[in-house]
Amino acid sequence: MPVIEIAGKPVNVNEEGFLTSYDEWNEEIARELAKQIEIEMTDEHWKIIKFLRDDFKTQGETATSRRVQTVGGVPVKEQFVLFPKKPAKKMAYIAGLPKPKGCV
Amino acid sequence: MTPSIVPNFGSENSDRKLAIICSKGNLDMAYPGLILANAALGEGVETMIFFTFWGFDMITKSRMNDLQFSPAGNTAMHLPGHDMHIPQSVMPVPGMTAMATHMLKKQIAALDVPEVPDFLDQIVAAGGHLWACRMSADMNNLTMKELRDDVEGIISASDFIEMTDGAQLLFI
Repeated sequence: MPVIEIAGKPVNVNEEGFLTSYDEWNEEIARELAKQIEIEMTDEHWKIIKFLRDDFKTQGETATSRRVQTVGGVPVKEQFVLFPKKPAKKMAYIAGLPKPKGCV
Repeated sequence: MTPSIVPNFGSENSDRKLAIICSKGNLDMAYPGLILANAALGEGVETMIFFTFWGFDMITKSRMNDLQFSPAGNTAMHLPGHDMHIPQSVMPVPGMTAMATHMLKKQIAALDVPEVPDFLDQIVAAGGHLWACRMSADMNNLTMKELRDDVEGIISASDFIEMTDGAQLLFI
């Protein structure tokens, strides 16, 4: 697996660029990842990213859009505004988590 | 160290479109179209769903909460989690449809997959478009006021074909 430098720190990523190690993530890296996919982080963005991080810790897998709505409390419509076109994958990328596996 | 790798989330202006025709009103056959529509929207694909014939029940307010599942005629039906088939001869017993519907709903809910009306709410929230079939509306004497409020219109098959020019199409 490749190692790349993000925000001055070497991090392990998969062949697509998603972080592969939960503990290598920090907010500075998240900001940098967001910038690379042209997303400017606001409080609303952070709320989702923090939910995804906490949820992954307890569930062992990345929350789907559905779960971000039902458990995280951010409606799907808003997710599409904050992370246009492909919210589930973009949220996971910035949160330093694998792509969600669930179908819904 | 490898130079930067950024995932390819596709072009912001992708013009990929998906048209799904939902023609079935059985609970089990309502889901494939909804799951695919939801997945397509999550991938940034513009998605239009056309409800026709029995699929009309999915958007009819008085029926959308009461879709049912019957194992009758489905030879692939086996006991959940087992390879053993349920004999077709026991399918028509009274209460079988209610029991099978209840079990299917439980299995779907366990996966955190919403019920059909909720699922359509999510699809519309994600930018999906719902259209109703003119002939089905006429056959059932239904108008816009009997349908979900987010159905965009009752249109003919030709209108739907025209508006989905260039789209990939699924018939379910």
